[in-house]
Amino acid sequence: MDELKILSVCGFMGYGFPEQSLLTGIQQNPHVIGADNGSTDPGPYYLGSGEPLIKRPQMLRDLGLALAAAREVGVPLIIGSSGTAGGDPHVDSVLEVLNYLSKRDNHSYRLAVIRSELDKKLVVDAIKSNKVRPLGDQPDISENDVEASERIVGQMGVGPFVRALEGGAEVIIAGRSCDTAIFASMAVMKGFDLGLAYHMAKIIECGAQCAIPTGTNDSIMATLHEDYFELEPMNPLRTLTPTSVAAHMMYEQPDPYIFHEPEGLVDLHGSNIEMSTERRVRVEGSKFELATNPTIKLEAARRVGFRTITVAGIADPSLIDHLEEVSCGVRETVDSMLRSTEVKCYELRFTAYGIDGVLMSSNSPDKSKPEEVGLLIEAIGDDQETADTVLSLARSTFMHFGFTGRKATGGNLAFPFSPSDFRGGPVYEFSIYHTMEVDDPSKPFNVEFEDIVS
Amino acid sequence: MTMLYDLASVIRSKNAGPLLTTIDLLFEDNKTFERVVASEILTPDLIANLYGVPAGNVKIVSFFAANAIKITFPRAGARSGSPGDKDVYGAQQHRPLIDVEIP
Repeated sequence: MDELKILSVCGFMGYGFPEQSLLTGIQQNPHVIGADNGSTDPGPYYLGSGEPLIKRPQMLRDLGLALAAAREVGVPLIIGSSGTAGGDPHVDSVLEVLNYLSKRDNHSYRLAVIRSELDKKLVVDAIKSNKVRPLGDQPDISENDVEASERIVGQMGVGPFVRALEGGAEVIIAGRSCDTAIFASMAVMKGFDLGLAYHMAKIIECGAQCAIPTGTNDSIMATLHEDYFELEPMNPLRTLTPTSVAAHMMYEQPDPYIFHEPEGLVDLHGSNIEMSTERRVRVEGSKFELATNPTIKLEAARRVGFRTITVAGIADPSLIDHLEEVSCGVRETVDSMLRSTEVKCYELRFTAYGIDGVLMSSNSPDKSKPEEVGLLIEAIGDDQETADTVLSLARSTFMHFGFTGRKATGGNLAFPFSPSDFRGGPVYEFSIYHTMEVDDPSKPFNVEFEDIVS
Repeated sequence: MTMLYDLASVIRSKNAGPLLTTIDLLFEDNKTFERVVASEILTPDLIANLYGVPAGNVKIVSFFAANAIKITFPRAGARSGSPGDKDVYGAQQHRPLIDVEIP
């Protein structure tokens, strides 16, 4: 095989993509079609709760089109990081949609399911043998962190995908996956250069994000050759330039020249990017270095409580001037009211949009007061009723709280809704974001085959 | 003097995983890129001051192929999505950089 065509449907299956882009893609006869369906970007809630970020009708639309396209051309369809976080309930939610679509549209194919939820004992054993290490500036994890986590997923590399493809899979539904593995696996199986395969995969896993205008929710084709690859956006409204493709290597990455995969490191210092035709960019020179100690990334989330919020507007200039005074006063009042009750353990937070709602840093550049402020009041308690109670008390206290120079005694808050309070449900935080050294990065990920006949 | 916001064609922030914030500054042409690099205004100390993070944890990389500068540092606030986090995707943390003046 002297060339391999890989079609990336879009950057996040379920966000929607133009159907015509996919159709243009399949007219060029790709050898494999892939899409990413997950990320840690939406935060820890999805991994913790087991819920997908994407709603069923979104998934029905996007997966329905992609499945029909792949079956029409007769090439494998690979979905990675299924259901947002890649845990068992996430994979199951995508399988349910797939099953429904297969019956609805009469598709028959060989299915491979690759799960990524890890047995907690496996991780505990790895901690005991000193094989789990923190990513970045965070502490080591203990057995307790493992036990407190709702579930732990490992990010699979190309290995399990190659096993699935070698087993004749025509549709692969995978749990938490390295984005690159979805798009590089066929190339790895066919023996293409690994540096080029991973670099290509790293770019197209975001759909046509590397194009101008950027198109995360649009299709792109990569054609891999022995010593270079080409990229072409499927939507005629988008173009590529060497700069736009190079710039994409920075996206969501700490280092534009190097990225790490379970199997090794991809080095882009020697990459060269140039136009090859009016619509295509050509890339060469990307290198791969095999890891001496392969690792997989672990992700886990633990529940820290339940949340209730309210949102309200403030326009009174005097109140805007005294917001800190009022927030502190409301907190003290709530604390003292609840001291004699059963409600003990809670967090109460005031966030003033227009003043300090967005920036994480305290060194805010502009200290002038805005005309209006959006106030978010948030309560987190050990259970939902606690959160509801704390929030309700904080909201009513804030509404009528007196402060220096108050003239608007009708009420301090403009509520946009009735009811004013909203339950956010369980709150999670990432509890594990570490690497685990493994002898074989494929081993923790079991591949199950099933022949679907409709 | 020109504001960084006016010099850059793209100025964006995003998570690089739940623990890091990464900021990309892309410039339309090599001349503008070289001007910003040569000014030596963008230093770990400046970022540390703007974002309240230790200068030793700030990594600044010039990416010549894209006329771009990448700045990465540990999140200034809570990790993504934890209680107290203000920006789960880290998508609006470029703000403190926009009015940095470049000669």
